[in-house]
Amino acid sequence: MDERRIHRTQNGRIGLRLPPHERALLREVALSIRTRLADEDDPALRRLFPPAYDEPDREREYRDLTRNQLVSGREQALDVLESTVDRDSLSPEEGDAWLRALNDARLVLGTALDVDEELDWDTIDSGNPRAPEYAMYAYLSWIQEQLVDAMD
Amino acid sequence: MSTTLAPGEVEVESPRSDEEHEGPWIVIVWNDPINLMSYVTLVFQKLFGYSLEHATRLMLQVHNEGKAVVSTGNREKAELDVARLHGYGLWATMQQD
Repeated sequence: MDERRIHRTQNGRIGLRLPPHERALLREVALSIRTRLADEDDPALRRLFPPAYDEPDREREYRDLTRNQLVSGREQALDVLESTVDRDSLSPEEGDAWLRALNDARLVLGTALDVDEELDWDTIDSGNPRAPEYAMYAYLSWIQEQLVDAMD
Repeated sequence: MSTTLAPGEVEVESPRSDEEHEGPWIVIVWNDPINLMSYVTLVFQKLFGYSLEHATRLMLQVHNEGKAVVSTGNREKAELDVARLHGYGLWATMQQD
């Protein structure tokens, strides 16, 4: 049986076969990232706004120039995710917004969990107090991989 | 615009005037443990119009060597490319070549 949640449809759209509780989960994720975006000092956001320059003056100039646009681009992607999460299919543009929103969620969660490339899921047992966050990160990665495949 | 100064002429400072004589800027993407390899490849194709082969080669260079130069240009272009990469959550920086 094909367990994939996201696939390319024959007419070039992105098909969504998500059970209702996963749709609810994605809506919650979007809301939580939106709330975190409002707090400029949240350390888990640092991967969403990395520095462009080594040089402090130029970096400040870059931030002043781009920060608002980057925030509003992220909010728009979350808007699309929230407003289309109950659909059966997405346009490629909506799929692109999902891609960015899911990736932002993975960046925030992965930064908070301090994941590294050697992350071994088998070492995270159910007694780990952060097991639910790891499970969420793994789920979002699984969905993201399928979305990338469908967009290719 | 670049002009030759006659002896004795004083160069007047104008915004970013020094940069017209500078070399090109390079945009670097750094390895990170979160972004999926398939996602990074897709972003390179989307943003820069690279072929799957070229985008995959750059992604593997980021993954294996820790970083790769993904685009070059004047400062404005490099800054725009960095901002677009930041919009997709990639760890991009820029510096002069």
